[in-house]
Amino acid sequence: MNRYPVWKYVMIAIILLIGIIYSVPNFFPSEPAVQISTKTEQPIEPAEMQRFEQALKDKGLSFRASENNGSQVLFRFADTDVQLKASEALKTVVGDKYVVALNLAQSTPHFLRALHANPMYLGLDLRGGVHFLMEVDMNAAKDKAYERYEDEFRDTLREAKVAYLGIAREGEQLVAKFKTEQDRDAAAPVLGKTYVNNELIWDKKEQDGSYILSAAMSPQNLLNIEKFAIQQNITTLRKRVNELGVAEPVIQQQGKGRIVVQLPGVQDTVRAKEILGATATLEFRLVDDGGNDAQQAQASGRAPIGLQLYKERDGTPILLKRKVMLTGEYITDASSGFDQNNQPSVNITLDGNGASRFSKATGENVQKLMAVVYIETKFQDVEVNGQKVRKPVKTEEVINVARIQEQLSKRFQITGLDSTKEARDLALLLRAGALAAPLYIVEERTIGPSMGKENIEKGFHSNIWGFVAVVLFMVVYYRVFGLISSISLGVNGFLLFAILSMIQATLTLPGMAAIALTLGMAIDANVLINERIREELRNGASPQVAINAGYERAWGTILDSNLTNLIAGIALFMLGSGPVRGFAVVLCLGILTSMFSAVTVSRALTNLVYGYRKRLTDISI
Amino acid sequence: MIELFHFKKDIPFMKYGKLTTLISLGTFVFAVFFLLYRGLNLGVDFTGGTMIEVRYSQAAPIEHIRETLKGQGFPEVFVQNYGSTQDVLIRLPVEQGKSGAQVSEQVMKTLKAESPDVQLSRVEFVGPQVGQELYENGGLALLLVAAGIIIYLSFRFEWRFAVAATIANMHDVVIILGMFAFFQWQFDLTVLAGVLAILGYSVNESVVVFDRVRENIRKMRDTSIPDIIDNAITVTMSRTIITHTSTQIMVLAMFFFGGEALHNFALALTIGIMFGIYSSVLVASPLVLLFGLKREHLIPKETVVEGANPDGSVV
Repeated sequence: MNRYPVWKYVMIAIILLIGIIYSVPNFFPSEPAVQISTKTEQPIEPAEMQRFEQALKDKGLSFRASENNGSQVLFRFADTDVQLKASEALKTVVGDKYVVALNLAQSTPHFLRALHANPMYLGLDLRGGVHFLMEVDMNAAKDKAYERYEDEFRDTLREAKVAYLGIAREGEQLVAKFKTEQDRDAAAPVLGKTYVNNELIWDKKEQDGSYILSAAMSPQNLLNIEKFAIQQNITTLRKRVNELGVAEPVIQQQGKGRIVVQLPGVQDTVRAKEILGATATLEFRLVDDGGNDAQQAQASGRAPIGLQLYKERDGTPILLKRKVMLTGEYITDASSGFDQNNQPSVNITLDGNGASRFSKATGENVQKLMAVVYIETKFQDVEVNGQKVRKPVKTEEVINVARIQEQLSKRFQITGLDSTKEARDLALLLRAGALAAPLYIVEERTIGPSMGKENIEKGFHSNIWGFVAVVLFMVVYYRVFGLISSISLGVNGFLLFAILSMIQATLTLPGMAAIALTLGMAIDANVLINERIREELRNGASPQVAINAGYERAWGTILDSNLTNLIAGIALFMLGSGPVRGFAVVLCLGILTSMFSAVTVSRALTNLVYGYRKRLTDISI
Repeated sequence: MIELFHFKKDIPFMKYGKLTTLISLGTFVFAVFFLLYRGLNLGVDFTGGTMIEVRYSQAAPIEHIRETLKGQGFPEVFVQNYGSTQDVLIRLPVEQGKSGAQVSEQVMKTLKAESPDVQLSRVEFVGPQVGQELYENGGLALLLVAAGIIIYLSFRFEWRFAVAATIANMHDVVIILGMFAFFQWQFDLTVLAGVLAILGYSVNESVVVFDRVRENIRKMRDTSIPDIIDNAITVTMSRTIITHTSTQIMVLAMFFFGGEALHNFALALTIGIMFGIYSSVLVASPLVLLFGLKREHLIPKETVVEGANPDGSVV
């Protein structure tokens, strides 16, 4: 009656083994480390390595181990205090070529790592992490909007065949000049019809013999642009952070034009900054075909009217037309791949609006050369009069020149990229959606692990002491069955840890609390079973029958109560965010593991202890 | 066999049904009153707060800064190393009638008096982390859980059980919130998670009792419904106490070892566990009675096949 077939024991043993293998890496302490990486991805020379080691020795800081992984050097330290001091010491000596960052290095043995058994990620509250404060360049967003209006004015007036002298931005206004009053008065309704909802505030006046129609963006419109710029940036950042593979990131608006990004566990700030901080946009422009000399333009530093001087990747100057055919805003997707010649390429998809614009622009210019300008905005510290000032550095580069073979529309390819890595990076930045307004990091901090370590200890202690107390209580009250229940509770803990590690969840303090809580609640199933067995015994059942009936009858109740619990957990997961969500994940998984361990594992143990005795007269419960 | 709770006779819980319902109603009204009157003491997560970052020329005396500021009328100050040993992050909740700038000025003045080398590197007014959205989502989660439990229990038992369990459940949640409002304990994201977890946990209790009620209804054909419920509660009493003691042991471990961050979370759970026992026994069950539970509700009517012989056989 109380015997499992052999395969069941084997299955349980295998599951236990897997549980132990995958939960064990969490118990190897992570070591505080300082990581030095190159900005250029070039390997670090042994001589440089020695220079770093010497710098640490000079300060009297001893490191446990050092590793050179090519473009990255890792120094492991005994404690965080030395780590912080070392990082400060290294920052002063490494120079511009390198970036120093705090890191936590896992110390899982190699054979476990080979099985992909890695420790869970620790959240910002447990291990520290990267905290970015990013600012949206609102002026740039406004400038861009005015530029768009300017282009649209020209197009509208040309289409309506209204003659104008010029259109230019003057301060916070867009000013259109006309030769005669009639022209102006003809233009006003044409333009007014295009912009409804009071987007623009119109004004008419006469100045220096010309007639002026001016338009300023309405406060509501400006507000909308700001709001949109923030929202789009947040969406973009979310996508980029997702691509970085960070669990439970915090991305939220702070103040009027700032966005906070917290990346728990990420201490490789260099890569995070690269992905988050750079704003890449594409501009498609026609190459000048009027026979102007680019070399000459470069020498004089002045481009002919209507043209702009750019450089290609190898530094060759090139003249492009000022008018932009298409900007990156219209790009909805970009992925890296290979073209028909097996060269790296980026496949771009445009939205409907962009497609029609681009199709019109390329249709008029088939067989002409089109350049793709890659514009990247990075902010760098520049020293001005001894003060560090952050300045935007805009790098514009023609990454590709190709002949327009046919009218391009919704889908097309950019080729001529140097490497697959470059294609991947470009696609990544473009896929995240082009930015309406540039975004730059105004602050960047790594949260020190001192607090985190303290929190880990607290979470660990509450789990351990709680567990020990529950075990004592159970063993005293239920004796052998209490021991069996306790062992299955321990198994539950291991399995929960293993699953969380397998899915590489991020462990936070609320998550640790959830583990403790699930363990506390999981014992319920065993209590139900044990109470049932006692009841059956009281009602006069023989021990074997009582055990069987206890497990069978308790099962329905266990299922009901766990499922209602699961409903709550799922709702928490669906609607929670950040720490609440982490809590919910642990709760839900804990319910599942506890159903397995409390019923199957404890039954197997009971069967092993009592199931094979021929004449069982008394059980210890 | 150690048996702490072995009752020879069933305890007549349902006799006191009116009284316990009245007590519940009283506690409930009390909780709602303080929720409305005092409101929750929301943490930085919901309200935002002031963050001040300062830099010392040497390693900063964190403990000392914390004590100094606490003595200067900032009882809820939070001091932490931030990035390096010289950088210190000071976090303060929003204070009524004071702007972020005023708070930071006051903090800086205090710190400067202690050590003149301290430099202000950043003042930040922290916006609410999830703010409005979390409020709405929290409420929505509450409703979703209630709906989910009602649907599940209606399907497994009967609508009377489902509605009774849900009401008992909500009663617990409101009382936790009311306690937090009454004592003005800080309510943050972690506490919210605890409250929502109690939703699932406390319904467990009702389910265990209901399960027994259903079983008894099938077994004890000649017993009245109130007696059946009394029996169900009495026989599950031992399990109830043992289970909740175990859970409470874990929660107490969090309370004592989990530090400040888990303190209020453990508190919320403790209240939830206490009222969870009470409400499932003394709120949910009387409600089921009140809704008029009858034997037929749980025993499927024996279907009579048309044209069957008296012995049930069909020819």
